[in-house]
Amino acid sequence: MKVLVAVKRVIDYNVKIRVKTDHSDVDLTNVKMAMNPFCEIAVEEAVRLKEQGVATEVVAVSIGPKAAQEQLRTALALGADRAIHIETDERVESLAVAKLLKNVIDEEQPQLTILGKQAIDTDNNQTGQMLAALTGLPQGTFASKLEVQDDKLQITREIDGGLQRLELSLPAIVTTDLRLNEPRYAKLPDIMKAKKKPLETKSPADLGVEVASKISLLKVETPAERKGGIKVGSVDELVDKLKNEAKVL
Amino acid sequence: MSLLVLADHHDGHLDDATASVIAAARQIAEHAGGDVDVLIAGDDVGSIAEAAAKLDGVTRVRVADNTVYGHQLAEPLADLLVSLADDYAYVLTSASTQGKNVLPRLAALKDVSQLSEVMGVDSADTFKRPIYAGNAIATVQSSDDLKVMTIRTTAFDAVGQSNDAAIEPVDTVVDNSLSRFVDEELAKSERPELGGAKVVVSGGRGMGNGENFKLLEGIADKLGAAIGASRAAVDAGFVPNDYQVGQTGKIVAPELYIAVGISGAIQHLAGMKDSKVIVAINKDEDAPIFQVADYGLVGDLFEILPELENKL
Repeated sequence: MKVLVAVKRVIDYNVKIRVKTDHSDVDLTNVKMAMNPFCEIAVEEAVRLKEQGVATEVVAVSIGPKAAQEQLRTALALGADRAIHIETDERVESLAVAKLLKNVIDEEQPQLTILGKQAIDTDNNQTGQMLAALTGLPQGTFASKLEVQDDKLQITREIDGGLQRLELSLPAIVTTDLRLNEPRYAKLPDIMKAKKKPLETKSPADLGVEVASKISLLKVETPAERKGGIKVGSVDELVDKLKNEAKVL
Repeated sequence: MSLLVLADHHDGHLDDATASVIAAARQIAEHAGGDVDVLIAGDDVGSIAEAAAKLDGVTRVRVADNTVYGHQLAEPLADLLVSLADDYAYVLTSASTQGKNVLPRLAALKDVSQLSEVMGVDSADTFKRPIYAGNAIATVQSSDDLKVMTIRTTAFDAVGQSNDAAIEPVDTVVDNSLSRFVDEELAKSERPELGGAKVVVSGGRGMGNGENFKLLEGIADKLGAAIGASRAAVDAGFVPNDYQVGQTGKIVAPELYIAVGISGAIQHLAGMKDSKVIVAINKDEDAPIFQVADYGLVGDLFEILPELENKL
């Protein structure tokens, strides 16, 4: 079966973000970018399914500026067979991303589509669910375990307070949680090979999708800084402060 | 136009989160007008409806009680919400795993956007929400006719329980052939769940190994706390992934957060810096964690932890 995996280019999770001085957005100039960590898990799972002989082809897709091809090349180096880049410099909100991905699904007809549960920039946690809605497919969000059995998907989901197991009909949409797997690092020979793998570029207009959003970003601010507190000299002093000053004990 | 709050419930109990979502709905209603209705969807949920009817500010409790809504799977719940949404200008629920699962599906079916983790109400259409794991706060304006949003419940004080709202059944029954509940495994820990705990005690790489996390357990027992960990401790294999507090783990905002042997990497701070009171225990007095801690104690955690447990 064919597996489609979506990846997003985001700020590297180790970078301390800066808000632009005009408060219009976060400043991404000269900032280290990387594949969204949850998308790395999605790619890893797709590649493992191929290694297990469950998947026959892994197609990676990304929506974003020209530079997002770096993340697609990473996905190819990790084991995806080919890539689709939907190129746009616009700010694309989850619903438009889902509409674009629906078009890709209509064309590619994957049995399984895997996405990260959320991107660490906008923290929306929406695209997979929206894609499932638009395609009329079942959704398995926040997955920590997947197993394909015949025409069904057995999925373990991370929910508040524990785990939930569901059986979904295929095709299906899955979003990844942290515990699904530990992504590998790309090896140098694979990075070289990835440069030769096919990467197709399209535009949102090619797919007939309007990316304009009904959500306007009015302002981005840095949250109130925490004031550093005090150092205490002993456990007794700490317990006293927590009881009598902070009143949390 | 009114507001519909999808209630969170499990094991026959209404979750506390719903009272905070209603508080957010009432703030919106101050700007936009309209009644606040609550929807309880599930299987055998009569007692939950009675609990919801007590919450202040609720006009009607609507109850969709049917086996198809059991375990509140996303596919039937989103279809149910679609059938009700035309009566409302807003649909809200908590940013729980349940809310995050269902609401984007509803939004896409209605061809509208969704706002996640709303933490402030500026006006009828303008809201504040955290981005970059709370390292920035975005003010966003929605021009959608139906506004669908999940609420960060720690940002709204729960409403009281002196109401007696009307309870009305919803007869809509939908089909679900897409997904089937198999089973669930809820943590039987005596400890509270990490995301909702009032006190969290977390260990980092400084704990040395997984065995040493036992030193945190005694303290957690005395404080009724959940136990967390930094990504460094998880990556080192001391504890499982679900302990992780941070940008790629759980975001927590307890009354008291005690960070032990945690240096304070950005990735960790992003997950806990909204805690009300932060205590840091670390042997390195220059560790960045001290810059966000209300109370810092420099020293050897292997001496400090047993003493702290004794004195609590």
